Amino acid sequence: MVTEPVERARAVAAAIPDPELPVVTLGDLGILRDVRHTPDGGIEVLITPTYSGCPAMDAIRDDLRRALPGVTITTVLSPPWTTDWITEEGRRKLREHGISPPGRAVMVALTVRCPRCGSPRTRLVSRYSSTACKAHYVCRDCLEPFDHVKEI
Amino acid sequence: MIEALEIGDDCLVLSQRLAEWVTRAPTLEEDIALANLSLDLLGQARALLSRAGDEDELAYLRDPEGFRNCLLVEQPNGDFAHTVVRHLLYTAFLHALYTSHPGDEVAAKGVKELAYHRDYAALWTVRLGRGTEESHRRMAKALETLWPFTDELFEGRPELREPWAAHVSRALDTAGLAVPANAPQRSGGRRGEHTEHLTELLRELQSLHREHLGASW
Repeated sequence: MVTEPVERARAVAAAIPDPELPVVTLGDLGILRDVRHTPDGGIEVLITPTYSGCPAMDAIRDDLRRALPGVTITTVLSPPWTTDWITEEGRRKLREHGISPPGRAVMVALTVRCPRCGSPRTRLVSRYSSTACKAHYVCRDCLEPFDHVKEI
Repeated sequence: MIEALEIGDDCLVLSQRLAEWVTRAPTLEEDIALANLSLDLLGQARALLSRAGDEDELAYLRDPEGFRNCLLVEQPNGDFAHTVVRHLLYTAFLHALYTSHPGDEVAAKGVKELAYHRDYAALWTVRLGRGTEESHRRMAKALETLWPFTDELFEGRPELREPWAAHVSRALDTAGLAVPANAPQRSGGRRGEHTEHLTELLRELQSLHREHLGASW
């Protein structure tokens, strides 16, 4: 089977936790774009940043090199990452860890629900939060502040 | 393709200016917001400068006259009103530029980030313009100081003026602010003729690298 080492590498890469949001993996977030053979028989892993300046990219490359010694790591910008690539599994994990998952990136303003009590009565505090990809909200019912992965 | 050196330098210099607010912003939320805006621009700067050459050499080892950024982005932060007005004027331009280059991968990614930058600046423009007498006065002063650097944005890119003006005037109208009349215009940044503020900015940006050449973390 020619594809076998590639599939193995893909599974390993996809399971690496994101350095800033360790509850989700590179696969969950859609940061892992492809794993493929290089012409010289090696393996190439393609990743894409969530935001242009995402400071986690160096840590992600280090983690990939440790987990898959010898692979070539290539960063691609196109097509640009969108929160629509976060898997259902990834959304569930975010919610379970108190981070509100993004809605669909089509620009319709949907209610952001509190990940703790489920209330739709929430208020945007700031569009920027602990990382570039999140906004800061507060729940009007349970009064808890929480992060929301903002649609992009 | 986008002019890698000109726009890469714009992004780098503005990123550095915004980073100067870190730990000094008016509130914690703004501190974080400005740091995030700075990071977006730094990421775009790195991608663009890597096209023009070695990103580290370009950022850390060029003298001011080697930089091709527009004069607007190197202007000092001043008070928060100056930072907001500078961001309104510049990001409306960069958003229009990226929009006009849909086939460029840095632009295609950056345009989604710039949409947030434009909104951030427009929201603050309205809030401060319609806030108190003092906040309105400061916004008017900032507009007067920074408007002279706007014509330069459109040198060689006249087609971007219309989408830029539409966004900027909508924000200013809503904020109750007027465009300064007969403002004299300055330019030269794209030719390496900068204001003294760039020298001071680069001294800080480059000091560590120049003192410890080849050092790494």
